[in-house]
Amino acid sequence: MASLMIVADLLEAMSKNLKQYLETNNIESPAVIGIRSGGVWVAEYLHKKLACETPMGELDISFYRDDFTRKGLNPMVKPSSLPFETEGKDIILVDDVIMSGRTIRAAMNEIFDYGRPARIILVSLVDMGNRELPIQPDCVGQVMALSEHGQVKLLKNTDGTLELKQRGATK
Amino acid sequence: MEANLDMQMNKALSVQLNQQGQLKHFLTIDELPRTLLEEILDTADSFIEVGQRSIKKVPLLRGKTVVNLFFEASTRTRTTFELAAKRLSADVINLDISTSATSKGESLSDTLQNLEAMASDMFIVRHAQSGAPHFIASQVCPEVAIINAGDGRHAHPTQAMLDMLTIRQRKQKFEGLVVAIVGDILHSRVARSQIRALRMLGAAEVRIIAPNTLIPCDAESLGVSIYRDMRNGLKDVDVIIMLRLQRERMEGALLPSEGEFFRVYGLDEEKLAYAKPDAIVMHPGPINRGVEIASEVADGPQSVILNQVTNGIAVRMAVMSMAMTGQIAAKSE
Repeated sequence: MASLMIVADLLEAMSKNLKQYLETNNIESPAVIGIRSGGVWVAEYLHKKLACETPMGELDISFYRDDFTRKGLNPMVKPSSLPFETEGKDIILVDDVIMSGRTIRAAMNEIFDYGRPARIILVSLVDMGNRELPIQPDCVGQVMALSEHGQVKLLKNTDGTLELKQRGATK
Repeated sequence: MEANLDMQMNKALSVQLNQQGQLKHFLTIDELPRTLLEEILDTADSFIEVGQRSIKKVPLLRGKTVVNLFFEASTRTRTTFELAAKRLSADVINLDISTSATSKGESLSDTLQNLEAMASDMFIVRHAQSGAPHFIASQVCPEVAIINAGDGRHAHPTQAMLDMLTIRQRKQKFEGLVVAIVGDILHSRVARSQIRALRMLGAAEVRIIAPNTLIPCDAESLGVSIYRDMRNGLKDVDVIIMLRLQRERMEGALLPSEGEFFRVYGLDEEKLAYAKPDAIVMHPGPINRGVEIASEVADGPQSVILNQVTNGIAVRMAVMSMAMTGQIAAKSE
């Protein structure tokens, strides 16, 4: 079992980096969108920390997955909710773990069906490498190198705290 | 032929599900577990949101071919199935049977096998013969997802599910609900499917209100209470489902006249007042104004008739993507 950082510390450090990034790039009133389910929890933290005026969005990318012809539809699909105008907006897209990049591709496809954003910034709590698409986060909490079948998952405890759980060995 | 189909229907109802219990054809509500009906409603809820976007389309069924096979006339059902398939990014073919090879003497099986050979993935079937979609799913094209869009007097399961979605939106849950289905129960495949769905989802009581001549002889076995009087039957109900008087199916004199029917069984404001004040009024359409429902009720504040139409698209998107999922999984079984 490799050591995993405390999520609260990661979030704290990541929100500082993100603020710096927004300042450097002159992004003044971004909208935050979390990808269900772990990404939404991270997004909730960032949305609060950045004191965003735009209400937070939530995406369920089940309808946009690229493996429908192999796996079919996720029976637990929930409606997406983007309660703001995406057209021309600066968007911070948030997920808990990035690996292949396929989830982010699906999420970007979905966002564009609501309108044409000005730009999308990608934030991920954990970056596990093993990318299959040319998609890179702009802001990351922790980089981890896992063996091929290793997995990291963000869990929410009953007291509301977040915890990272790992399966498989570190490289 | 009809008896033969009935036998097949009873023998192999599980043709609808794959080994993991996922839907791979959608033929009837009858054997489906409550969890599966709820999954249809939950999935449809997510598709409703898609219908509110600027681009009302998701890529789920990209590259799939859906064939609308309507052997019986329909506008609303065919259109909403077509729209649902298009919103799932499928390619849709509407086969007009009256101008197709069937009218040149080709048999149903031959027509279907030809369509299957064109790599079709899903058939939406409406047929005057009860059991026709089941026959196609079990005997002709088991690897094509078959969706029943209404067969004879047997079933119209997507209509029933869009009605359930409309009820759940307004009433949140089915427990404790009293639902009245009014009118031509005898000829109605919609009513049969609704009764099954309501009972499976936990409605407290399902009433049917109709003259004797329009009540099927097996009505009691469906687990409904039977009323012949609107004022008694509508007392304290939460949901009123009006059915269309199926004049084209009416063989022989089952009713004195349409005017007489409206006077006794037509829903007007006076009769509506017997139901709960927050009761909703539903109708599968097309409505015959002044025959089974008064205009002021159909267009009134308690009517959810147009919500039903909107929900019809979402429910059909849900059923189509779920059946395709079940077919994909079945091929790897």
